[in-house]
Amino acid sequence: MPRLTISKTPKCYVGGKFIRSESARTFPLNAASGEFFAHVPQCTRKDVRNAVEVAAKAGGGWAGRSAYNRGQILYRLAEMLEPRSAELVDALKLGGATPSEAKAEVTATIDRIVHYAGWTDKYEQLLGSVNPVASPHFNFTVTEPMGVIGVVAPDESPLLGLLTCILPAITAGNSVVVITSESAPYPAIALGEMLATSDLPGGVVNLLTGFRKEMVPTFATHEHIRGIGGVVSADERKTLETGGVESMKRVKIFNAADAIDWRAGDGPKASLYAIADFLEYKTTWHPVGA
Amino acid sequence: MPVAARFKSKNSSRRRSEPELIFGDLWEFDPAPESADPKLLRRYQLFIGGKFVAPKSRNYFPTISPGTGKPLAEIALASPADVDAAYAAAAKAFPAWSKLPGAERGKYLYRLARLLQDRAREFAVAETMDGGKPIKESRDFDVPVAAAHFFYHGGWADKLAYAFPGATPQPHGVVGQVIPWNFPLLMLAWKIAPALATGNTVVLKPAETTSITALKFAEIVQEAGLPPGVVNIVTGAGETGAAVVNHPNAAKVAFTGSTDVGKLIMRSTAGTGKKLTLELGGKAANIVFEDAPLDQAVEGIVNGIFFNQGHVCCAGSRLLVQESIAEAVLKRLKNRVSVLRVGNPLDKNTDIGAINSKEQLDKIAGLVKAGRAEGAEMFQPKCTLPRNGWYFRPTLFSGVEQSHRIAREEIFGPVLSILTFRTQSEAVEKANNTAYGLSAGVWTEKGSRILKMSTELKAGVVWANTYNKFDPASPFGGYKESGFGREGGKHGLHDYVKLT
Repeated sequence: MPRLTISKTPKCYVGGKFIRSESARTFPLNAASGEFFAHVPQCTRKDVRNAVEVAAKAGGGWAGRSAYNRGQILYRLAEMLEPRSAELVDALKLGGATPSEAKAEVTATIDRIVHYAGWTDKYEQLLGSVNPVASPHFNFTVTEPMGVIGVVAPDESPLLGLLTCILPAITAGNSVVVITSESAPYPAIALGEMLATSDLPGGVVNLLTGFRKEMVPTFATHEHIRGIGGVVSADERKTLETGGVESMKRVKIFNAADAIDWRAGDGPKASLYAIADFLEYKTTWHPVGA
Repeated sequence: MPVAARFKSKNSSRRRSEPELIFGDLWEFDPAPESADPKLLRRYQLFIGGKFVAPKSRNYFPTISPGTGKPLAEIALASPADVDAAYAAAAKAFPAWSKLPGAERGKYLYRLARLLQDRAREFAVAETMDGGKPIKESRDFDVPVAAAHFFYHGGWADKLAYAFPGATPQPHGVVGQVIPWNFPLLMLAWKIAPALATGNTVVLKPAETTSITALKFAEIVQEAGLPPGVVNIVTGAGETGAAVVNHPNAAKVAFTGSTDVGKLIMRSTAGTGKKLTLELGGKAANIVFEDAPLDQAVEGIVNGIFFNQGHVCCAGSRLLVQESIAEAVLKRLKNRVSVLRVGNPLDKNTDIGAINSKEQLDKIAGLVKAGRAEGAEMFQPKCTLPRNGWYFRPTLFSGVEQSHRIAREEIFGPVLSILTFRTQSEAVEKANNTAYGLSAGVWTEKGSRILKMSTELKAGVVWANTYNKFDPASPFGGYKESGFGREGGKHGLHDYVKLT
């Protein structure tokens, strides 16, 4: 007699824990074949607010770690993904990717994590500066993370696109609240399980599944989200840029219409400048003299 | 002979306070007006496509000298049609200008710097007459630093690849720029120099109360032989500014001014794909620890809030003093403020000049009234103010609470709000307790404390044992509601290029 398999209840990875939506709502996810697969949490604006709260709490500790330590933790994340590649390939195939496409996306994702792991203790040397001012001051510019960044992940490339948007922000010491791919949320569910076993502190990456139209407006107006990244439609751009006015958010988003090749190079933008998107520059004038 | 100087000494039982010299009215200063000719025209036209042209509307508005309250000249009022013509000229100039080898573009910037230095005194007098700032500031700060900005950026034009490792910098196209009235020529330099160095062309609108030095700069653009249309200057008030910001051909918009207008611009550019940088308001904390060099700190506090009549976005308008020295600092400040010379901006001895406009004077007076009504204690010296023009006495408020309007709102005038703190962490918390995040000051003899404070303060610029220092090589710009983007240094270039 064939054994009945145990199917998984997908949960979102938020604050280092696996949660259902506070609303208890779900939406059905079908495999590419059309067959029912699972019920996925349909997160709400309240879930966004909760996630921002845990992200804000986690942010200080993450930003305060040494750059070397952050690099090792990101590398550890790649170590967690590599042996679970097959699971990620299956998650991508569920959304319609061919086996070879899925495999290529997973390996590119792991390599991208390693790429950013190497940036943590280097971007400061390239983006910071010592400035030769015409007065007796040691004048220098250093970078600082912005805080909580909202990421609207692209619908396509639900794993590589997702991580290409998340990695620069967390490399810079920010914490992120992410709206995952709406059409293919399952790779983000699987990723959450791998994040949980990495050494990345809970709350640094928070992944919410659900409908963009329900969560994007809250991203736009939430006071504690300091910057927005990701890939959006023209309408979503308008919503985010208009809603972000009052709290003067740094909105650094790409247009979905631009058909981004996520596998090319570092993603849509050279990685150093993708990191710079979610940094602030602070310039200090330190006196020189007796 | 000033022999009557009295020596006062109190509290000799505990710690003898330092003797204090009080000269009273023993010395009268003779007037020492700067007499260089500002070479003003009676009427200024728009500068479009390398030529001075009359506005299509044929309308002009007066620019008033705040030091006297009298009109100085007539300025052309640019309508949307004029702004459109300016964008057309800038767009026409862009292909050739952006393709010019960097070294050649740089040479134009060096020329602009040199020509500005040649006419420095003339520009300083014009700036002071039109804007009201003391001649010693326009002469020793605004004009030379503006020239330095062009000189600095001239050198970047052929070295941009070194500024962006791993990427290729490309200009945006036509940049629309709107600048404020507090540092008219310097803000023009901060905007135009990096834009040109990176290969953009510009349409710039100066503030309506301070258009003259921008139009004199247009003369320099002609003298330098800059290709027509690379720099276009349109004058007018809010409507003209809106036309500049909202023009469909603006690939990027750069604005310096109030947070309120900055938010309007964010709203109007939302969803348009235009690049935006904003340098907005501030309510900076100037933090004095008990181990600070006190005499130096008092000078720094005065410079921090009374420089340019306090019309400075990064003014040190919230003084945070450690409780143990609060009384001593306040006493010294009162003495120092009492000898500041308020008056004719053209007088070389003037410390505090004229308030830029009647409107601004009313705003300052309103907030000072609110400060008194909310229970803060006010001190103003008994100096006499000129009968004509717009002036305001340097004002100190002690006993200020964080909830008071004068501790939260940008006054943009010579008004200092004094608060106290006990511990370093309390200082950080109070300093960061604002929607703004442009700048901060720290006064202490302890280097490690400077660096710790600098790390914890949420501000784009931190001055230690100094205040209101600026340099073309030093990036300037804010956190939070003080805007985004940087001006100056390598970082300022980033906001004028797209990286491919």
